[in-house]
Amino acid sequence: MNDQPLILHVDNVYKAYPDQGRMRMILNDVDLKVRQGEFVTLLGPSGCGKSTLLRLILGSELPTKGHIEIAGKPVTGPDRDRGIVYQKYSLFPHMTVLENVVFGLEAEEFGLVSRYVRRAKLAQHRRHNKEKAQEMLDRMSLGSDLNKYPHQLSGGMRQRVAIAQAMIMEPKILLMDEPFGALDDNTRTDMQLFILEQWERTKMTVFFVTHDLVEALFLGSRLIVLSQFYKTAKEDNEGSKIVTDRAIPGGHPKPTSFKNSAELAAMLEDVRRRGLDPDFAQHIHEFDLSHADAYQTVSAAEWGSDQDHDSQKDQRTT
Amino acid sequence: MGFFKITARPSRAAAWSLSASLFVLCVIAYAYTAHSRHKENPKDKVVPTFSEMWDGFSRTAFEPDRNDEYRLLLDSKASAKRFGLSLAFLVLAVLLGLYMGVFPYLEHLFLRFMLFVDKIPALALLPILFIVFGLGETSKVALILLGVFPTIVLDTYLRAKAIPKQQTIKGFTLAASDFEITYRIVLPQIIPGVLDTIRLNFKAMILFLIAGESLAASAGLGYRIFVVRRYIAMDIIIPYVIWMSVLAFTADALLRLWIEKRYTWRGES
Repeated sequence: MNDQPLILHVDNVYKAYPDQGRMRMILNDVDLKVRQGEFVTLLGPSGCGKSTLLRLILGSELPTKGHIEIAGKPVTGPDRDRGIVYQKYSLFPHMTVLENVVFGLEAEEFGLVSRYVRRAKLAQHRRHNKEKAQEMLDRMSLGSDLNKYPHQLSGGMRQRVAIAQAMIMEPKILLMDEPFGALDDNTRTDMQLFILEQWERTKMTVFFVTHDLVEALFLGSRLIVLSQFYKTAKEDNEGSKIVTDRAIPGGHPKPTSFKNSAELAAMLEDVRRRGLDPDFAQHIHEFDLSHADAYQTVSAAEWGSDQDHDSQKDQRTT
Repeated sequence: MGFFKITARPSRAAAWSLSASLFVLCVIAYAYTAHSRHKENPKDKVVPTFSEMWDGFSRTAFEPDRNDEYRLLLDSKASAKRFGLSLAFLVLAVLLGLYMGVFPYLEHLFLRFMLFVDKIPALALLPILFIVFGLGETSKVALILLGVFPTIVLDTYLRAKAIPKQQTIKGFTLAASDFEITYRIVLPQIIPGVLDTIRLNFKAMILFLIAGESLAASAGLGYRIFVVRRYIAMDIIIPYVIWMSVLAFTADALLRLWIEKRYTWRGES
């Protein structure tokens, strides 16, 4: 269905943290493939390790087991291939809007020393970068705030600058960690439309973490639910798995009216029950991995002895 | 009267007169003491009158001494030189603290050591300094540095450490190198706070300066008050003390104003 090149590949990834003298598993065998141009929203109950998975993809932490590749290159640490927009600390407080946005372009072209050695060249590049940043900020209707400091901006504006700051580098994938979580309802809706606009214009690959169901379904072209609430043939399961990986119907980007549609309401109910309800805990046989690129490796112990899993596409035992 | 009302809102006039009252009270009490002592003994040296102190001050400030030097200027210059030299060395303290806060290997190398050195009472090392470096300028600057260098290192270290990790990571995603993150993201953000700490440590530096000067020097504000102590020259000592306080207060205020003006991005934390 989609022959775009593979941008992100998360393969058999486990992550455990030390907790009261033992290792506590947070992510239990996560598998995921994302292609160029997808807008993936990652949803999950609190404590499921959404942000952990994002940090692993970002490279600010490394998996306990398994590996992660960005466009075929293994992730060893954060670098310019992945952009990040955080909820807090999203901008450098000592730089103006323009300086924040230009920072990456300048850092890429000049080192700490060459900034001083190649002064003429720096000035020339600065003019060029400034134009580029200004054009981008104009488009984001921030053109009149170029010389303001982050503390002078509203929360929504700050996040828009942060998005510009990350986007100007044209990263292979833009990672967003609940970027609109601290905003009020109206601003949040504006920002959702804003990010969709940016996506439509650039067709960038986005990996968007949120705990808001409606946001996840409205923004994404594809929904991933990571959850610690599931059952397998084993008694003791620890750590979250991807329990849902599906395309979100209704085209992309969706009209705002989608938020009030019956279609959304139905999907909402289904996703909430399967992924977020601790009492429901669906069996590993029942995971909704209907996306064309979805796959999951399952151990025989988890799957059960009968090996009967033809109901689950792309699922294989190891 | 609402003295113990938390919600009290004193008027401007009340606020100002309250602020001034203790100063005025001190001056009056001093003047009264000086006056009554002089009535008993016109040659009293312990509590000189204001006019005697002004005479003493004018003599050191505006009249050349035997060597044709203006003493107050000479002493101020000597002390300022020692103070400024120590201040310049504190740049190294800031750099060390910055590196410790940013680079884990350097943190492990220096942190415990600095924590220990910080606990050594610098004044107790003064005899050792005099033995090792002699009675010259080196000892005095070394004393000031031993006193405040570790404090500045540790304060800078803590500030650098407190910069959210997210900013470092963001720096990497924006193609910055380790040193660019150090010098363009971390350092500029902690500089105003570090300057504040240095400002607050002026007092400690002056303390060590006077301690050093009092024991071995040929000029300096601290040196002078200990020399004239032999003649119970309170008419010189008191103006000198006031002069030192005014200098320290001015330096502190100037730096504070400069920080406020220069670092306008510090709108909120």
